Amino acid sequence: MSEMEKARAQTDFSDKPLCLSGRGVTKVFGFGDKKTVAVDHVDFDFHEGEFVSIVGESGSGKTTLSKMLLGLSNQTEGEILFQGKPRDIGTGRKKREYWKGIQAIFQDPFSSFNTFQKVDAVLLDCINMRGGKHLSKQEKTDMMTEACNFVNLKFAELTNKYPFELSGGQMQRLMIARIFLLKPKILLADEPTSMVDACSRATILDMLLNLRDETGMTVIFITHDIGLAYYISDTVYIMEHGKFVEFGKADEVILEPKAAYTKRLISDVPKIHEEWDLSTVDLKQDA
Amino acid sequence: MKNTLRQVFHSSKFVAGFVIFVAIILMMIIYPLFNPGNPLEQIGVGTFAKPGTYVSLYDAARTKTDTLRLPDAADNRIAAALTDEDRVAMVEWFTLMGADISDLDTADTDAMIELWHETYDPTARPKGMTNAKINYYKRLNNAIMDLGAADTITIAEYNDEGVLEESKTILDTDYVNTKNVANVKTLPLGTDNFGRDVLKELVSATGTSIRIGLIAGIVATVIGLTFGLLAGYVGGWLDDIIMFITNIFTVIPSFVLLILITYSLGQEQRGAAVVATVIGFTSWTWTARSVRSQVISLRNRDHVNLSKLSGHSLVRIVVMDILPYIASYVVMAFILQVSSGILAEAQLSLLGLGPKTTQVPTLGLMMNWAMLYSAHTNGSWWAYFPVILIITLISFSLNLMNTGLDQVFNPTLRD
Ligand SMILES: Nc1ncnc2c1ncn2[C@@H]1O[C@H](COP(=O)(O)OP(=O)(O)OP(=O)(O)O)[C@@H](O)[C@H]1O
Ligand SMILES: [Mg+2]
Repeated sequence: MSEMEKARAQTDFSDKPLCLSGRGVTKVFGFGDKKTVAVDHVDFDFHEGEFVSIVGESGSGKTTLSKMLLGLSNQTEGEILFQGKPRDIGTGRKKREYWKGIQAIFQDPFSSFNTFQKVDAVLLDCINMRGGKHLSKQEKTDMMTEACNFVNLKFAELTNKYPFELSGGQMQRLMIARIFLLKPKILLADEPTSMVDACSRATILDMLLNLRDETGMTVIFITHDIGLAYYISDTVYIMEHGKFVEFGKADEVILEPKAAYTKRLISDVPKIHEEWDLSTVDLKQDA
Repeated sequence: MKNTLRQVFHSSKFVAGFVIFVAIILMMIIYPLFNPGNPLEQIGVGTFAKPGTYVSLYDAARTKTDTLRLPDAADNRIAAALTDEDRVAMVEWFTLMGADISDLDTADTDAMIELWHETYDPTARPKGMTNAKINYYKRLNNAIMDLGAADTITIAEYNDEGVLEESKTILDTDYVNTKNVANVKTLPLGTDNFGRDVLKELVSATGTSIRIGLIAGIVATVIGLTFGLLAGYVGGWLDDIIMFITNIFTVIPSFVLLILITYSLGQEQRGAAVVATVIGFTSWTWTARSVRSQVISLRNRDHVNLSKLSGHSLVRIVVMDILPYIASYVVMAFILQVSSGILAEAQLSLLGLGPKTTQVPTLGLMMNWAMLYSAHTNGSWWAYFPVILIITLISFSLNLMNTGLDQVFNPTLRD
């Protein structure tokens, strides 16, 4: 635990190189009467190696923002900068290049995998994507075994299995193994723990932190749980109705909240000012 | 995959349909091995020979005979000589003559003949009876008179000088073994209006019709699937264009379209494959619509997003991440298309817009011929009933398979 405590909010990221930034990023669905402004002119700066949490209630636009960050949907307005330069993903080739730098873990592990593909195929795909097509079979197996070890899965037990034959927690860990193989610059995790049990949740969070520490990747962690964000992240962005109402270092935002919305979110979490302890997080989640 | 197949073959409905369909296919393959030759060959002169075994009289007369004395031979001979029509005509005559027929049994040949001898008068001219009818009764009377006179049949041949010379006498106790007769032909379903072997024709027609159904099904499924996938996955203006075309095809009843296209093609252009293609071309809209809606719900699934993030190409995503999820659906749609393709061909042919009549028989063409030559009014059931039966069986088996598949793939439907 202490190791993780250290990992959180000990470094100042403001002078680290910029990784992903946004200026006036907006997403509007529909038009006329049915118009929904899901993300409303948000600005943000994520730095290399930073663990950022985006916190907001259901429907506040977190997933919509993450799809834009991933380049899976286009923003209606505004600009997204990748490593300080305007992001250009106009063509399929440029998109593929961009996706070498940014990867994701989604909310629902059960719909994240192609149920017709075996686990080995999923992992092999990652090796090939990283240019490992020419490697020998043994080398590939070694890499997959290492990735599985990282997430406490036994590769030998997974071969020839389909993802749906695993538990939700195992599937999410397989997702992390995938990230481990791909080693992107940025990992976007959209509520990766909301569908798994308390025990798996702690392990998965642990693994995300380890991943960041080992590879120095930027992790953008999306959650509706401000307690979790406080525990895990360096920087926190609070999102309300598609807008960032407050952001800053996790300690500052959560221990001295300024926006009324943040205060409300915090007051919903018991014992926030007391010594943080993993068990309280999990108990609260189950309630 | 293997699991799904096992499940499919555990569905009793699917298995029943499958067995019927395979039986039809086997018949299609095996029968021509025993009875090869052109199914459109006209073996008979005259129309609609009844189902049965035909023994060559010419050969039988020249075959070595054996003598059998069968006790009911004479009765059978008399009974067979009076057809059902003759019996009806006789009763008609009895009534005209005012005979008492209250307890007459038309099947009792002896009683009928006895009453005939009593009532027939060659000079009688009942009022309103046509000459043709009077002559018919005269002939009938002659035949009945001959019946009793059991004697021999003498065969005479012209000798070298051109004079008839008795060559053989056939007794009423002479029999030939059909095995020894050079030419015996069994026509289980008789012949049609052109004197063609109906069973042979039917087997060949079943094959052609199934092929037409398959081609129509493949064409419809390929067009529908391609359009559905493109419209659903790519979306945007492509979706708009494709849906516009689909809507046009949906609004115009496909059968009307089918009639217009086949009519404009003209008789000479209409081979079986062309008709099948046209049928497929007018029936893809349903597949396109349903594939599109399935793809739309799939394309935002996270596994598709993940596949994109993995840098996979559009083709690979469609083939690997979308197609497997809708495959069961497409298979079911395909089976329905095959079944409706076969029916569409039958309907078209009934209207005289089917495939060209000179090359191959189809189930629809057989129906058309039977109808044109009034098989249904002259009692030649064998010319159309087996065709209806086969069409029904094919459709039934395909629909049964489909229902079975549906229950496997949509467990909520299971009862
Ligand atoms: N494809 C879409 N079309 C129309 N409206 C949409 C679409 N996707 C999202 N929205 C709307 O945008 C708003 C934000 O949705 P979003 O999924 O981003 O919320 P969220 O913060 O991720 O919520 P949750 O915590 O429940 O996942 C919602 O009001 C939603 O109805
Ligand atoms: Mg969401």
